Amino acid sequence: MKRSQLAAAVAVPLVMALAAGIGGGSRAQAEDLVAYQIVDGAIPKSLTGKPGDPAAGEATAVNRKLGNCLACHSLPIKNQPFPGDLGPDLASVGSSLSEGQLRLRLVDSKKINPDTAMPSFYKVEGLHRVAKAFEGKPILTAQQVEDVVAYLMTLKGN
Amino acid sequence: MRRFAIALAAAGVISVAGAGVAFTETMDWGKYQAGDKRSGYTYAQPETRAMQDDEFENPGFLLMESATAMWSKPEGAAGKSCADCHGDVSSMKGVATRYPVFFKPSGKMMNIEQRINQCRTEQMKAEPWKWESDQLLGMTVLVKYQSEGLPMNVAIDGPAAPFYEKGKAFYYERRGQLDLACSNCHEDHSGQNLRANILSQGMPNGFPTYRLKWQKVGSLHRRFKGCNDQVRAEPYKPGSDEYVDLELFVSHRANGLPVETPSVRN
Ligand code: HEC
Ligand code: HEC
Repeated sequence: MKRSQLAAAVAVPLVMALAAGIGGGSRAQAEDLVAYQIVDGAIPKSLTGKPGDPAAGEATAVNRKLGNCLACHSLPIKNQPFPGDLGPDLASVGSSLSEGQLRLRLVDSKKINPDTAMPSFYKVEGLHRVAKAFEGKPILTAQQVEDVVAYLMTLKGN
Repeated sequence: MRRFAIALAAAGVISVAGAGVAFTETMDWGKYQAGDKRSGYTYAQPETRAMQDDEFENPGFLLMESATAMWSKPEGAAGKSCADCHGDVSSMKGVATRYPVFFKPSGKMMNIEQRINQCRTEQMKAEPWKWESDQLLGMTVLVKYQSEGLPMNVAIDGPAAPFYEKGKAFYYERRGQLDLACSNCHEDHSGQNLRANILSQGMPNGFPTYRLKWQKVGSLHRRFKGCNDQVRAEPYKPGSDEYVDLELFVSHRANGLPVETPSVRN
């Protein structure tokens, strides 16, 4: 039931008419957000039109200023002690979820679970009191999202 | 040297966290627990708890010593000290369990830091102390310490009610680029690890606290700002109406837990 509702909810193009005057640089960023479509709980199409780079994706996932995924998840990476456990272990997430499903979970997990603690990594709309330095900017760029998706697709468990 | 030892000890603890967390969930935490409510003490590392419990190791006590001297030192144009109006500092027993309170002249809620500065400017005709100054932190620790062990008992009826509602709305409102509310971390995920931090219930009963990360004693409002910064949200100023109302909400949420100032946290 919920699934089909999701499918029907086609994401509106995210070209934002951000109120003029909020942080000069941020506006250009917001306008850069790529439009996407949600189909059956997934975003089937790459945001960049190209496959991502898994090695760059791993670096983005680990970087505390970018994905910071280890704050909440375990990833099968050596020398990264003390991962968080707010979210599930991602060691085999590439076999349990499809590429499109992973993409939606990164872009906007709240479309799947409105109560989730998982940040929406590619969203600038509907946020409250974002710190000035981050206003109008998504956490990850479209390219970084694609890279992380490509990396997650390599995680097939042991 | 000492920090290194603590880091190593923490690593040891976390490597068995799987078993450890389950164990702490079922453990009887005595006075640090009231029903389902648990003090941050119960989520802290054993070394951190030991440091809090040892009056010679706990830096909060050092700060309190200078505050004790300030208590009876006249300051300001009125030539009065705290002791001139209040007598012995033990007269402050119970105060910390009730604050923040509604303050008629301002028509707003007032916390203990603000009460102290109110006494300084109005009664003593002295300069108010700056937020996060050693003086204001020390005096706040000293006043709260008089209630040590007494259960929090903050009222939210009457004139406090609308301010409580504001604080509650703040607590449940998602904010920042990471779009997280206080409740996402401290209600939905307490006991879980955010990286190497074990999320507590975010209880205020031990503040001001000595944080190992800060290497300093800090106020509850500094902690609020830290939690706002963490989710890349624009913080408010310490002492702002928003943070005082939030303090009212979280203090009422802690009702039943004992005042634990000065605490030590990771
Ligand atoms: C602040 C916490 C937090 C951060 C940071 C975070 N996640 Fe999550 N994530 C969660 C939670 C909690 C869930 C569980 C699903 C839910 O709540 O709906 C989750 C679920 C997921 C899922 C779905 C897993 C499944 O088996 O269904 C994926 C994939 C995922 N996260 C990937 C990532 C990646 C990649 C990053 C970093 C770029 C990341 N997450 C960062 C909290 C987080
Ligand atoms: C992204 C997760 C996160 C969010 C959101 C968050 N906090 Fe925290 N908070 C932490 C962490 C981590 C700590 C340190 C460990 C602990 O005590 O939980 C902490 C500690 C605290 C403490 C100190 C508890 C103690 O015993 O010393 C208080 C009080 C607190 N938070 C209140 C809040 C309030 C109020 C909000 C909302 C404005 C909030 N937090 C939002 C992660 C968060």
